[in-house]
Formats: sequence, C-alpha cells, structure tokens
Amino acid sequence: MTDAAEPMIRAVDLRKSFVSKQGTVEAVKGISVEVRRGESFGFLGPNGAGKSSTMRMVAAVSPITSGELRILGMDPAKDGPGIRARIGVCPQEDTLDTELNVADNLYVYGRYFGLPRADVRTRVEELLEFVQLTEKAKAKVEDLSGGMKRRLTIARSLINRPDMLLLDEPTTGLDPQARHVVWDRLFRLKQQGVTIVLTTHYMDEAEQLCDRLVVMDKGLIVAEGSPLELIRAWSTREVAELRFGVGEHEALAAKVADLAERVEVLPDRLLLYTSDGEETLAKVHERGLAPAVSLVRRSTLEDVFLRLTGRTLVD
Amino acid sequence: MATTDTATGTTPSSAPRSPLAGAVRMADYWATVYRRTWKGSVISSFVTPLLYIVAMGVFLGGFIQDDPAKLEGATSYLAFVAPGMLAAQAMTVVFGEVTYPVMSMIKWQRTFYGMIASPLNIADVVLAHLGFVLFRVGTVCAVFTLVMAPFGVFESWWGVLLSFPVQLLIGLAFAAPLYAITAAMRSESGFSLIFRLGMIPLFLFSGAFFPISNLGPVMEWLARLTPLWHGVDLTRMLVLGTVDWSTAAIHVVYLVTCAVVGYLLAVRTLEKRLID
Ligand SMILES: Nc1ncnc2c1ncn2[C@@H]1O[C@H](COP(=O)(O)OP(=O)(O)OP(=O)(O)O)[C@@H](O)[C@H]1O
Ligand SMILES: [Mg+2]
Repeated sequence: MTDAAEPMIRAVDLRKSFVSKQGTVEAVKGISVEVRRGESFGFLGPNGAGKSSTMRMVAAVSPITSGELRILGMDPAKDGPGIRARIGVCPQEDTLDTELNVADNLYVYGRYFGLPRADVRTRVEELLEFVQLTEKAKAKVEDLSGGMKRRLTIARSLINRPDMLLLDEPTTGLDPQARHVVWDRLFRLKQQGVTIVLTTHYMDEAEQLCDRLVVMDKGLIVAEGSPLELIRAWSTREVAELRFGVGEHEALAAKVADLAERVEVLPDRLLLYTSDGEETLAKVHERGLAPAVSLVRRSTLEDVFLRLTGRTLVD
Repeated sequence: MATTDTATGTTPSSAPRSPLAGAVRMADYWATVYRRTWKGSVISSFVTPLLYIVAMGVFLGGFIQDDPAKLEGATSYLAFVAPGMLAAQAMTVVFGEVTYPVMSMIKWQRTFYGMIASPLNIADVVLAHLGFVLFRVGTVCAVFTLVMAPFGVFESWWGVLLSFPVQLLIGLAFAAPLYAITAAMRSESGFSLIFRLGMIPLFLFSGAFFPISNLGPVMEWLARLTPLWHGVDLTRMLVLGTVDWSTAAIHVVYLVTCAVVGYLLAVRTLEKRLID
C-alpha cells in the first residue's frame, strides 16, 4: 500500500524514444511531474507533443527509456500488473470488444482484475447508471455512437474502483453535447476525490477539469501551474481580437503595437493582449482603423500556449 | 456510486500470481464469446467432419479391400481413416481459431491492448486463448468420437479414452506455434498461404487418409517430420489397440515440444509487437 505522502505519480527526467527502421523518435525528452492524491492533473499540448507516450508509460503498458518513474509508489518495470490493478485507463483509441454487448464488455473486464462475479455484476449496473447507458446494456458496442463508446470506455476504466484514473483525450472527436456529458461525469468523479490525470488539446477542457496542468510541446514541459496561474503568468487579463481583410494583418500589427502589452498576428486575426480590452478597442477605432469584426474576451490557456510556443493548439 | 475509496470496495483488485491464474480470469470472456459464436461454428465443427467420414470412410472405403498389414493394423479402411480424420480435425479447428481471430485481437479490434491494460500480462492472455482453443478442439473431437463409436471402428476402449487428451495435445502443438506466426504477421493476406500451403497439404499427406509408406522414401521422411503425422500415428495406435509405447513416447515428446516452444515464441513475439 502507498503511504499518504507518496505522490500518485512521480516522474523525474522521464524520457521515451521509439526506435524503428525509419530512425529514432524522441517522443518525451525529459519531463518531471508530480501528481498528488485527489488532484486532477492535465497534460495540455498539440498533436505529437508526447502526451500519449507519457500516459502509456504511466499506465505501465510502455517501458520508460530513461529517467525515473514511480506510480502509486511502485516501479512500473517491476510491478506493472500491481499498478495496473489499481488504476483505470481510458486510452486515446477505444479498445472495446465491438462484438460483445455493452454490459458484457464491462463484466468480462471486471473479471480480469480478479474481482468476484457477484461484485462485478453490481458494479456493472452502478457504472451503466453512472454513464447513462443502462438502456443500452444489451446493445452491441458496434451500434453505439462515438460519445456512448467513450462513456463506456470510461465506465470500463472505473470497474476496479481505481485509485487513479488516466484519460487520454477523453472527448476528442465528440460533438459539443457529448463532450459536456463526459465533462459532467468526470466532474462528479473529481468531486468524489478520484485522482484524475488527463490529456487534452482542448484548452476549455483543461480549464474546466484540471486543478493543475502542464503545457507540453515537442516532448517537453513548457509551463506548469493551475489554469489561473498560467494565465496570470503568461497572458494578460483580456484580449481584443481584430479581424481585417485577408493579408492585411501583418501590416496593421505595427500600427497598433503600442496599444497593447503584446500583439500576436494570426493568419485570420490580430490578438491584442491588454488589461482592459474595451479601452484598447476604443483606441484602435480612434486611429481610424475599422476591423471587420472585433471582440473582447478573457485570456485562456490557448493564449498561454500561443505565447509559449508561437503556435495555436488545435490546428 | 463510482467511488474509488478502496475501503468501500469488497474485494480489492489484484495482479494474478501466475499466467495460469491470469488465464482463469479470462474464462468468463471466452465463455461470453462462445455463447455468441457457437451456433455459427456448429456446421463446420460437427457436421462437416461427419460428412467426410461417411463419404470417405464408408462409401469410398467400401472399395478399398486391402491387407490389414498395409493399413497399419486396421481391419477396414474405415477403421484406418477414422483416427486419422479425428487427428486432422483437431488440427483444422485450430487453424480456424488461431488465424483471423488472433489478428482481430491485435490489429482490427485491438482488444488485446485493452486486455493488457488490466493486470493481465501477455502470457496470461495467450494462455487463456489457447485454453479456449483446446475447449473447441475438445468439444469437436468428443462429438466426432461419439458418432464414430457405433461404426465399430474402435478396438480399444481405453485407447479411445486416451486418444482424447492426445487430441488436445495435437491442438496445442498446432495452436501455440501458429499463434506465434499470426502474432508476427502484419496483414491477413498471409493466411490464405497458410491455409493452402500449410493446412491442406498437412491434412492430405500426413497419413490421415493413407499410410505414408505409399509416399515414397523422400516424401515419407518429410511426412514424419510434420506434427500432424505424429498426432495421427499416436491416435491410430491408441484406438486400434496397437500401441508401441516407445514410439508413442516420441510422439508425445515431439508434440509437447511444439506446444511449449510455440507458446514461448508467441508470448515473445507479442511482447515485441504490443509493448513499445
Ligand atoms: N509507437 C510509436 N512508434 C513510433 N513513434 C511513435 C509511437 N508512438 C508515438 N510516436 C511518436 O512520438 C511522438 C509523440 O506522440 P504521442 O502520441 O505521444 O503524442 P500526443 O501528444 O499524444 O499526440 P496526439 O494529440 O496526436 O495524440 C510523435 O511524433 C509520434 O509520431
Ligand atoms: Mg495522443
């Protein structure tokens, strides 16, 4: 058993390389993180940042290349099965048995954990209820929508009452409504005190669900903190977005540069980072500039990411 | 309630102590799969072999009146071919179970990845799957043997009883190495080759339908190297009551070796493929 002081995850200079005929890919280039009990922790980053590679090492299904990794106080190289017995994993790609029905998928999976039949049966019912799939219990997985499959995978990852839940992009590919259903369920788990570790490339997901997160890019951690801390540290309170005609943004940036703490030029808009967006916008108009569209919003993690990497998260 | 407090859970989940203990945890999975698929396999598993026996053993065999010495001690062609077909059937079941279904688990449905994200290891999952294949071989061979009994082709009742575990051994001797081969295959296009150049020649030329001495010295020597010939010969000497124990021991050792080496290779191949 882990003692209370031991973090759920402790990684020091963790690295992962994939060697193939095409050469070596360094997916994770030395990251250090600690996740504490009861916390919900996020890895935010664009495609190829190394999020899944990290999650698979943490899930004790992929050996580390170098560095140090302890999960629930155990070494995944030695105690892989012991670790996997106590965590729940929702991988990026579903690995459900599409030929079995919904309830059977949960039931057989519960048995892999060495749980008695009767326990698993009650657990399956509770979980179906929890992810709102009770009516679909006898449906084949093939016939479920993407959002339902995702919820089923989440239910499956909870079958062993895990100490820690790992979710690799829990809502990627879902429509907004389905995403909100998943968020709601994860939020309940978080309230129950479940340690949740998730990856995402949606900044709103990270903001909603994570107490603390790291921003990853190209295998490295570029920033760490709570969503609010990160926004405070790396962005301004507000952002004024200006849209002009195609191709005009680069040239116009110089004309407004002094109105904001920082200006970012995107292909389709200018972002003016400022403490008071409305005031900045007024000044832009005073200069005789007339953007086709303008709006003022609060800074988000998207802005943090842009600041840190010069790129947008979702491309 | 989806609480994670282990104190409220009844029995905590755990890592299995051995591959066998891990494999036992998958019994319910394979039972569920079987409940769903057995109907589809009834014809190929139970009816087809009987059609073979009737056509080849009874009708074709009616033309074959040979000296029992040339039929390896069988009193009729039917008595000669029945144990051969039994062993060949054990092999055929395996080829069906350890090709497409295995590739589906590792490539198409990727359920293997889900299984090894639980406390189970690859060795456990492979062992459980082999166990299921043995169950399939066992049911098919049991039905086959029961149906053959009234034809009066079995000389030795204890030989018939012993031939049942031998069929399981034949199944394992094919299933384990074939698991390793499938585990290494990138696409299903190789399967037709495995069936046409592997299973069918084995089926036809391993002494199930005619004594391999008919093949000529070179081919006979080749036939003696195949696992199916060992299985056929062992089965036949048991059910005809013509056991030569030292030869039988060689057959058993050969088949056990195929099974063990195949299993170890299968696990290693899958570890390389699935864990990166
Ligand atoms: N099994 C593998 N073999 C070879 N290269 C790999 C493997 N898995 C990942 N990579 C490479 O490692 C890098 C990081 O990939 P990873 O899947 O960890 O990123 P990610 O942050 O999860 O991205 P995404 O948002 O697309 O899921 C990528 O360049 C990827 O191509
Ligand atoms: Mg990923």
